[in-house]
Amino acid sequence: MDSQNIMFVILAVIIVLSSIATVLTKSIIRAATYLLFVLLGTAGLYFLMGYTFLGAVQTMVYAGGIIVLYVFAILLTDGAKDQAAHKKMKDASWGVVIGLVGFLTFVFVLFKQELFKGIAALGAPTEPTGAANNSIDQIGHFMLSTGEEGYLLPFEAVSILLLACIVAGLLIARKR
Amino acid sequence: MFDFSIISSWLHGLLTGFMPEWAAILTESILVALVIITLYAIFAIVLIYMERKVCAFFQCRLGPMRVGPFGTLQVFSDVFKMLTKEIINLRGTDLFLHNLAPFLVVMASMITFACLPWNVGAQIIDFNVGIFFFLAVSSIGVVGILLAGWSSNNKYSLIGAMRSGAQIISYELSIGMTMLTMICLTGTMSFSEICQQQYAEGWNIFRGHLPAVIAFILYLIAGNAECNRGPFDLPESESELTAGYHTEYSGMHFGYYYLAEYMNLFICAGMATTVFLGGWAPLHIAGLEGFNGIMDYIPGAVWFIGKTLFVVFLLMWLRWTFPRLRIDQILSLEWKYLVPISMANLILMAIIVSNGLHF
Repeated sequence: MDSQNIMFVILAVIIVLSSIATVLTKSIIRAATYLLFVLLGTAGLYFLMGYTFLGAVQTMVYAGGIIVLYVFAILLTDGAKDQAAHKKMKDASWGVVIGLVGFLTFVFVLFKQELFKGIAALGAPTEPTGAANNSIDQIGHFMLSTGEEGYLLPFEAVSILLLACIVAGLLIARKR
Repeated sequence: MFDFSIISSWLHGLLTGFMPEWAAILTESILVALVIITLYAIFAIVLIYMERKVCAFFQCRLGPMRVGPFGTLQVFSDVFKMLTKEIINLRGTDLFLHNLAPFLVVMASMITFACLPWNVGAQIIDFNVGIFFFLAVSSIGVVGILLAGWSSNNKYSLIGAMRSGAQIISYELSIGMTMLTMICLTGTMSFSEICQQQYAEGWNIFRGHLPAVIAFILYLIAGNAECNRGPFDLPESESELTAGYHTEYSGMHFGYYYLAEYMNLFICAGMATTVFLGGWAPLHIAGLEGFNGIMDYIPGAVWFIGKTLFVVFLLMWLRWTFPRLRIDQILSLEWKYLVPISMANLILMAIIVSNGLHF
């Protein structure tokens, strides 16, 4: 048990407990706060693996962007006073079925891929490598190159999608 | 120049001598955290004293004069007063979120504080993606402010939190844009490399001439707005909202907001110093070797703190000179003026860098 594993266990416990709290809490704004801890814990996992760029993106987009957007929306729409209504089992049954199907698929894929053998072969997580630390230059090159490993087309397609979202938002919000 | 990594590597060698690697790293982390918290408190006290004196001089007053020589002990007595105050729990509010919010704000501010490069080899958090990490972590503080406003169960607090959220999210855009402009010039996001580069080739504000000066001014405006300070202090405008989002806080919980506000000012100034004014790099004038040699004898930490306090003074000057803006004026200033200017500035910088027109 080295320090990497200890940090992983701490982060994992934070993520699991916060995820459970997110689902179980009655108040919607508390759920958003617990979700913030889940996302920060995930960012912590990325930092632990040495993927600083991914961790920073996770913090910026999810913790700084999505959660702020959620909290803003809750405050503006008066949803903060909404408490989760007591649902009957009949309403929840579809959710249970979908959840079970998802879980079974996940377990099936896990065993099909012989993931456990792979993990056993890998051994303990290693220190971050130099390649992981240098990755921002590589990401930049991959994003904007058209060659074998280039991602220029998906990158531009996503930007067009975002532009369409902005235009649609303006269209909805404009003064008539 | 004095290299601080001599001390840190000596300490690492000493600790690994009698304990395993991970325990040594843990001990070092705790030591560094203690140093950060101490520096955080010391600089908050310095800044609060400075703010009062600067404010007083701008208003033709003397400021605090009674407690200690020139009022230097005034801030300490204020801190002790705040520590002894009762923390009041409000009835009918979400106590968990109410008590959590100040810690989120202080945590975001402390992590960003740890990003500052103090000296050669004295960076605490130094990633390959340093500036991006800095921007990412500084955006967590908004959640704390929004939660504080909501959990106070008070309409003034809620309005203050909304204004603060809208303002901070908007001005983050121009901060990101100006940072991108400077990254375009430096070609790296790591704080240590940025400082090293400026030590070798001159401060960025001289290297990048026109676009760098424009970016510096934009950064100062946007940074002042990020810190919720005047002329952008709408979230806590006392004449309209009593104290904005921290109206309902008492004792040390209020103290955390106060601390975070002043430290955000220091961090904002420190980032301006790092990116534009050379960080710990001394002032070098090309051709004057003797002068440069003398400047190298002044330690990097003195340069960094001196330049940061100079930028802090600029920001305080701004605050105590201009009247407060309205919320619509704040948002139109950002979206109609600062964002287009910073975008055009980014393109200008890209043209200058790609044609090699910088120094």
